[in-house]
Amino acid sequence: MNKQIPKQDCMPAATVRRVEELDRAIVRFAGDSGDGMQLTGDAFAKIIASGGYDFATRPDYPSEIRAPTGTLFGVSGYQIQFSSHEVFTSGDAPDVLVAMNPAALKTNLADVKRGGAIIVNSSAFTDGNLSKAGYQSNPLEDASLTDYRVYRVDISGLTVRALESLGLPPKEAGRCKNYYALGLVLCLYGRPLDAEEQRIRAKFAGKARIAEANVTALRAGYAYAEACEMFVTTYVVRPGNIKPGVYRSLTGNQAAALGFVTASELAGVPLFLGSYPITPATDILHELAALRHYNVKTFQAEDEIAGICSAIGAAYGGVLGVTSTSGPGMALKTEALGLTAMLELPLVIINVQRAGPSTGLPTKVEQSDLLQAVYGRNGECPVPVIAASSPADCFDCAIEAFRIATKYMTPVILLSDGGIGNAAEPWRIPDLADMAPFEIAFRTDPEGFLPYARDANLARAWVRPGTPGMEHRLGGLEKDFLTGDISHNPLNHQRMVEVRAAKVAGIAREIPPLAISGPREGDLLVVGWGGTYGPIVQACKQAEGAGKSVAHLHLRYLNPLPGDLEETLSRYRKVLVPELNLGQLSRLLRERFLRDVVVLSKVQGKSFTQAEIYDRIMELC
Amino acid sequence: MNEMSACQELTRKDFESNQDVRWCPGCGDYALLEQVKRLLPGLGIPRANFAFISGIGCSSRFPYYLETYGLHGIHGRAPAIASGLKLARPELSVWVVTGDGDSLAIGGNHFIHAMRRNIGLKIILLNNRIYGLTKGQCSPTSEFGKSTKSTPMGNIDRPFSPVSVALGAGAGFVARTIDNDLQHLRQTLKRAAEHPGTAFVEVRQNCVVFNDGANDPINDKDTRNDVRMLLEHGKPLRFGVDGNRGVRIRGFEPEIVTLGENGVTEADLAVHDETSAHGGLAFCLSQFAAPLPLPLGVFRAVEAMPYETLNAGLAEEARRKRGKGTLEQLLSGGHTWNVN
Ligand code: SF4
Repeated sequence: MNKQIPKQDCMPAATVRRVEELDRAIVRFAGDSGDGMQLTGDAFAKIIASGGYDFATRPDYPSEIRAPTGTLFGVSGYQIQFSSHEVFTSGDAPDVLVAMNPAALKTNLADVKRGGAIIVNSSAFTDGNLSKAGYQSNPLEDASLTDYRVYRVDISGLTVRALESLGLPPKEAGRCKNYYALGLVLCLYGRPLDAEEQRIRAKFAGKARIAEANVTALRAGYAYAEACEMFVTTYVVRPGNIKPGVYRSLTGNQAAALGFVTASELAGVPLFLGSYPITPATDILHELAALRHYNVKTFQAEDEIAGICSAIGAAYGGVLGVTSTSGPGMALKTEALGLTAMLELPLVIINVQRAGPSTGLPTKVEQSDLLQAVYGRNGECPVPVIAASSPADCFDCAIEAFRIATKYMTPVILLSDGGIGNAAEPWRIPDLADMAPFEIAFRTDPEGFLPYARDANLARAWVRPGTPGMEHRLGGLEKDFLTGDISHNPLNHQRMVEVRAAKVAGIAREIPPLAISGPREGDLLVVGWGGTYGPIVQACKQAEGAGKSVAHLHLRYLNPLPGDLEETLSRYRKVLVPELNLGQLSRLLRERFLRDVVVLSKVQGKSFTQAEIYDRIMELC
Repeated sequence: MNEMSACQELTRKDFESNQDVRWCPGCGDYALLEQVKRLLPGLGIPRANFAFISGIGCSSRFPYYLETYGLHGIHGRAPAIASGLKLARPELSVWVVTGDGDSLAIGGNHFIHAMRRNIGLKIILLNNRIYGLTKGQCSPTSEFGKSTKSTPMGNIDRPFSPVSVALGAGAGFVARTIDNDLQHLRQTLKRAAEHPGTAFVEVRQNCVVFNDGANDPINDKDTRNDVRMLLEHGKPLRFGVDGNRGVRIRGFEPEIVTLGENGVTEADLAVHDETSAHGGLAFCLSQFAAPLPLPLGVFRAVEAMPYETLNAGLAEEARRKRGKGTLEQLLSGGHTWNVN
């Protein structure tokens, strides 16, 4: 290598290089939303995945598409934790932060582990950028970073220099700096480059110059870190001891989309998505729109209401109807959801929750739509609600939602959230032979047909229009118990309200016995639901390690609640419920079981850290 | 019984449901129901393949009274429900029955998008220019200045024309007819039924309770031809009790002329062309207001590939390029790696 390496930038200077073995590592990439940090994080995750590690990621991006460059609110970040052991979250405090500008440093510094490494793009620390980030003095020059190992690298400048021979305009060359940064980090963890190079070439097929530029930047970053011995210590994380199999990486939204199509394939019934774009749920529409070679139709409706109404029309037509949305869209769909409950048609509504109320924090996570899901309709209108606990769990929950919907002829709300919806984790590709069959029977026999006659599950029959001799009318007006004709009879209304409630309540019969990790009885049970699974598991493990008797129960079924839940709660002296809201599940538990619980609530647009839950556990036992 | 013979043997009676019709006696909605029952048996479609979708309002009770598949939805949303049904099951004949409040006020958004998308829906709007079911408030088609329960001092909302809205939104088939001209009503519905893609028909309908007589001038056999004009494709725009009046268009301005006066001949009159690609004349006609005669008939009938056909094309293309997807490919797609 005969390139000039500007050693003066390499700090701290290294003499002897050590290779240290780690159990796990947490890396965060942060920069302007135009710096390509999501892409970089994603590429890093793919490389990590190929290494056979378990991992979890957390993209964190502003709601503005291109916020003004250099500003604090324009910072976009991507965190990944990887390990040889099971990984449940993207981790709390990063071991390594890559900060592409002062704003990224400022907004992320507080999270970085004391003594952790910070790689900064030094050339972005100009007076202008410093003042946009609100720095009075340059943190690279004053004492504010003394607790960290800081690596100042002129990432922008070195990238442009590395690409000189390709003859790209400097602006275009500068855009490759994220791959340069990725190269630096890959050197730190001793990960190979070849697979990523192939992916770059595949991605920019037909744009050879750009592919070449990105590959060159990636290599240059890696080579730079190696040649100038930038890192005193590099790390290896031992490859994992995770279950053998073929894996792929899935975000929650991808997993949900795959789950919906899987349900359709298993049942042999087409899938129809009616949807309106809304953050953070839109990827479900994107994923399904790309799967038209399956029995999948997607319809980008004129609004949220048309999204659900078109799916209702499709369900009436005898296909698997689904609509995807997030909180504000859920509010708009409410009336149509009530109609679906009245029509007793199967439908799945997936709400990828975000921080509310109103527009709230569109790109940030919260679990504050639980009560809306359970109760938020006019009239007595129970609807089954289930929640996914992790990105991969969205797959199983999507299938489960359709199973319940079709078996009980009811709309089902599937709650996900912006955290698990956009975060990725490895997913072991299931064996087809292991998948439970999914049978859907349409009624075609006109003999004795009554539209609202019910089976043992209190479900009425699903009849496809076009079936001769079974023409009938459905509607939102109250109907006769058997014929489905309009009925204003007072006793009939009471009977119908009760039977709709009994039908949904009856789903509890098939909820599997609760699986508790930890002691079967004792001092403390931590009850969680949805996307907070990761931090709760880790906090409980940590508390166990500290000798505490603490058990963890994570609820998938939120309406109806499992039949053995009340008894389960009674086996513990205290119940702690961590929730990203002001205590919505807690309220349900108190109301249903007259059982007090301790709420641990957080509404900051972020999930819990392990430490937050651990500390509360330690206070309670 | 095979499907074809099933259709051939269908009669008006086969479409009669066992439900009591609950519209007020004399309501114009009965006329539509009757004409639809007469029309459907002749369309060559098995009864089970019809689906009638509605929203909320007097008009939206329609599906209950017809022995077909039917869905009485929620206020304003019938076009969205019907769109999903038609896309999921393109082989069905899907109809929407709606009203002026249902589709132009609360459901305005779905209405315009149904018009522009060209999904093969037949949309019939019963326009009585008042809210009936909620007992007499002004609607988006109520006249300016009209006194109603919600506008006791006169309506200061400016009405719009359903036909103009449909044309403005790009609908391919747009027509207007009236409840008590049974012949015209039936002919217009037939044209709509035969049109591929979205077909929209405004039916001027009399609400005997809350807006009785609103259509009298265009109904009265003696005088109606002075205030209404029947549109016929390729024919000059003529009207009048004596048939001697017509519409001439100068620049962009329509004007009434009398044949034989001031040397005006039929050759001076504008000629109706429902197939005109840009539909300028159709829109001009849709804006006619007194003293210009109210046009009835087909304003526009331009065929374009229906949405559901394009949709099927996308699926075909995707399968041609990638093959019919299998569950195995679905699950193991994307970037994968082995853990041993
Ligand atoms: S209120 Fe008017 S529109 Fe409604 S049923 Fe009676 S007459 Fe017909």
